[in-house]
Order: sequence, then C-alpha cells, then structure tokens
Amino acid sequence: MTLSVDIRHRLGDFALEAGFESAGRLTALFGPSGSGKSTLINLIAGLIRPDKGRIAVDGRVLVDTEARIFVPMHKRRIGMVFQDARLFPHMSVAGNLRYGRWFTPSSERYAKMDAVVDLLGIGHLLDRRPAKLSGGEKQRVAIGRALLASPKLLLMDEPLASLDEARKAEILPYIERLRDETKIPIAYVSHSVAEVARLASDVVVLSQGKVAAAGPTEAIMQRLDLLPAEERGEGGAVLDTKVLRHDEAFGMTVLASQAGEIRVPKLAQAAGAPVRIRIRARDVMIATEQPAGLSALNILAGTITAVRPGIGPTVEIAINCNGAIVLARITEQSKHTLRLALGRQVFAVIKTVSFDSATTGAGLPVEADG
Amino acid sequence: MNWLLDLTPDEWNAVRLSIKVASVAMIASLPPGILLALLLARGRFWGKTLLNGLVHLPLILPPVVTGYLLLLTFGRRGPAGAFLAEHFGIVFSFRWTGAALACGVMGFPLMVRAIRLSIEAVDRKMEAAAGTLGANPLWVFATITLPLILPGLIAGAILSFAKAMGEFGATITFVSNIPNETQTLPSAIYTFTQVPGGDEGALRLTLISIAISMVALIASEVLARRVGRRMDIE
Repeated sequence: MTLSVDIRHRLGDFALEAGFESAGRLTALFGPSGSGKSTLINLIAGLIRPDKGRIAVDGRVLVDTEARIFVPMHKRRIGMVFQDARLFPHMSVAGNLRYGRWFTPSSERYAKMDAVVDLLGIGHLLDRRPAKLSGGEKQRVAIGRALLASPKLLLMDEPLASLDEARKAEILPYIERLRDETKIPIAYVSHSVAEVARLASDVVVLSQGKVAAAGPTEAIMQRLDLLPAEERGEGGAVLDTKVLRHDEAFGMTVLASQAGEIRVPKLAQAAGAPVRIRIRARDVMIATEQPAGLSALNILAGTITAVRPGIGPTVEIAINCNGAIVLARITEQSKHTLRLALGRQVFAVIKTVSFDSATTGAGLPVEADG
Repeated sequence: MNWLLDLTPDEWNAVRLSIKVASVAMIASLPPGILLALLLARGRFWGKTLLNGLVHLPLILPPVVTGYLLLLTFGRRGPAGAFLAEHFGIVFSFRWTGAALACGVMGFPLMVRAIRLSIEAVDRKMEAAAGTLGANPLWVFATITLPLILPGLIAGAILSFAKAMGEFGATITFVSNIPNETQTLPSAIYTFTQVPGGDEGALRLTLISIAISMVALIASEVLARRVGRRMDIE
C-alpha cells in the first residue's frame, strides 16, 4: 500500500503545505500540537476538502483538485479512530461494531467479527452500552468498529492522547497486534515519541504545517533536532530486539540485539518474542575504556560515527555498536575532557534501571481478558 | 362518579373528535416539523431569521387572527383552499380537517422549537464518525441523528398534541363550532357555558379534558425517560 499526499490547505492563519509518500505498515504523522497533523488526517479521511492538491491510496485517487475529484468520506473506505472514541451512545457495543458492515459491499468484507473481537479482547463488552465502558475499553471498541468496516487504510488520530498512562499501556499492545497481525496499513497521528518509537515503521515529521522529515523510525528518532522541545529528552536509538531469556532471580529480562545483550527490567513476553526498545540519548554514558566496578549492567562496545552539537551545552554522539546506532547525549565538557572524536573506540553504558515501560513496552497481559 | 361518565352522544362526539383532531394535527405536523427544525438548526441561507419569525408567528398572533388568516387562505374561496379542493378533493372549511389544520398550525412553533433544540444538541462528530464508516448523509440521519433527537421529537409531538387539545380561538374562527364536525372539547365547553343550566356539562367536559391532558403528559414523560435510559449519553 502506498499513501501519497500532496496538499495545500489554509485554515485561518494556518497554512498546511505537505507532500509525502509512505508505504509503511504503520506510518506515524508526528509533530507538536498545531503542526497540522490532525488537519492532514482529516483531509485524508475526507472530513475536510483541501484548497489544492492530490491524495491517493494505492493509486486510487481520493482527491485531485485539478481534476475536480473529491470522493466523499462515506465512499473512501478509510477507517478512522478518533481521539474521543465517538461510540454511538444509542447502540450497544455489538451494534457499534456492526455499524460499518452494513455499508461495506459483501465482496469487500474481509474483517470477521469474531477475529476482531478476539484481537482486541472485547468479547465480554458486547452487550454493554458505551457509557458503561472505561476510556481504554471505549478506544478498543472504536478500533474494532473501524476495522469491521473492512477499510483499505486505517487512520488513528491520537487515539491515546486522552487516556492516562495505565490506559495507554493497556491499549498499546493491541495496536501492535493490529499492526503485526492484520494487513491494513495504518496512519497514526501522535505527538508522543514513546508511541511513535514503539509503533511506527515510518515517520513523517510535521512542523508548522510543513513536512520537516520523513523516513524509517530508527533514523528519525535519532534526529533529536526534529523532536518537539518538550519531547526531546525522549529521543534516542530505537532497536528491534528479541527476548533471549528471563533472569527470574534478579527480575530481569535479557534481550538480544544487534548491539549485544541488553538487560532490562523483567518483561511479560515469552522467550523469542520480538521487543522494540528505545534507548534515550540522555540515559547513555560514554566510557573510553572498558569500565570496571560499575553498577550499570549494559556496556556496549562501538565506534563514534557522528558528533553533532546538541541543545545548550550538550553534544549528541552516535556510536555504531556492531551495526546498530546508539545515540548518547553528553555535555560539551565531557566530550572535551575525554577527547571524543569521530572514529574513536568507546563503550556506551546504559543502566538497566533507565529502561521503563515507556521504552520497553508492556506487552499483552499473559491471559488477555475475554 | 357515574354522572361523570354519563355523557350525552354529542359530548362523546366532542371527546372523540378532539382526540382525533389533536392526533392528526400532531402526526401531520411531524414531517414538516422535523424538516423545518433541521433547516433552522443546520441551514445557512438568506432569510433564515425571517423563516424563523414566520414559524413562530402563530405563537405571537392572537389565535383569532391566525384563524382568520387560515380562513382567507384555506377557506373555500382562498387560493390554497380552492386549489386543494379542486385538485385533491381536500376541503378544510367547516370540516374536522380544518380543525386539525388550525390545531396543527397553532402547535407548530412549539414542536419545531423542541425538535430544533434537540438537533442543536446532537454532537456532529458522531455523524462524522458514521460517515467514515461508510454511511451516506441519509443513512447518517436515519441511524444516528434521528435516534439521538428522539427525546426532543417526543417532547415536540406531545407539546403539539397538548396545544391541539386546548386550541379554541383559531379553530372556532376558521371552522366554526359545528357539533359532530368541528366542535372539539373547548368549543363544547364554551357552548355549555353559553346556555342556562350548562354548568354540569361544562364541568364534566373540563374534568375529561384535564384527564386526557394528564395522561398524555405522563405518557410522554415515561416514554422520554425510557428513551433517555436506553441512550445513557455520557
């Protein structure tokens, strides 16, 4: 699937001028609030009509102002999950889930009720009214409702933004599952580094109505300069790892990554399961010799491949550890004292404790409810 | 208690006629009422204020004036009345249908107002959500908007019914006070008060009209509460 967008749209003082193409499994539209990401997704869904431009999904033109094409939203077959779940209050959960099916030609219905209910763990909620659901449950039902219309593309507009941390942690695994177990391409709007790093295969960074950068998640997350100021501390390397084993005695999980073994606080996933982790640049120390007598458990050997000025009195140093790039953010002074420069052999040091659920993810509960 | 139900045939007819007239007025006003409420709540067009004023006119004008205007337009010689009689065989003047028309017109502003308020309260984001799920605007209206405004619809319908049960001025001006044809409860009560010894009949019909109004009101409350509970809007 390819999503191609080239749009100019004016809303009062705000001008959106965005062009990008993405063929990712889950493309994140990422940027601070006011950067135009929600406008963009509303344009794709057909909720707004652009002043100028073209939008196509898999070659099917949805909007082309020059050719005077505008497919109305009910004919686009694009699912949408809103920040506020927007479940229909006068229908039960089952009624909400079935709603989109009526309008999907039977030859194009690929989503199965049972499979979707299982995928999202909402089997025990079917008879309830939306008002009786928690925020997290509502959002899961909203995702299911969009899926059951058998969309060609699923748009998610900050689906977690109005939830507290516990509820977010409850839903994230389901979205991962959606990404991995279904074939529907997803475009996901978010301003959170944690969500994007964990979920996205590709990222489109928006800033003041323009596309600031676009590319694979691993590359974008290392560009701390692209991240919104309040999220900059969250930036760093994104590594795809596998669970190697659990260390029951010390309550830790050992992950195998390209950079070497990484010890994190114990995870729920079974051995062999894929886990994507994020190593915040600010959590990485640099040693010029193999450290001894150090409490930190993760010591990765590597070579400095980039030194960039950071924000304030800091520098960002990229270390190639056996092919995986680990990013460290340290002070100018340390760089100066240690004489860190391109090509230098160093050790990246990361405390196990600096990993948390936001950077390692929580995984699905072992016994999913329902 | 017996004297209360011991009605003369004419009195019974007045009761039956009143219920018939009010029901027809209510049901016939619903489709145009919904349409106008939608137009006023959602539409953006030139002359909206004027249309709104026009809809509310029967509320402000003396009922006699409304009745007289109806007589002028829908009477046998009126432009609309002549047209309808000629092409559709619908006659309003001095018929119970005319009473229903007068009652419908008098209750119309109340109905439109109640429905309009409930339409304005509908969260349009719900409708957008239904649109992204593949529902075209007509389906969105039928499956989302209409159920969400149901309490307002019921309230509007009952208000219109209640108004019709009590309508007097416009009806008597437009279609007069003919027993068994246009003599509704209020007209019958009025007639009783005009003849010596009619007090007992007037009181009987008064009590009956109170009872009917109360039943309608309670029924609407119960219905609205049921619908409300079913919806349980957050």
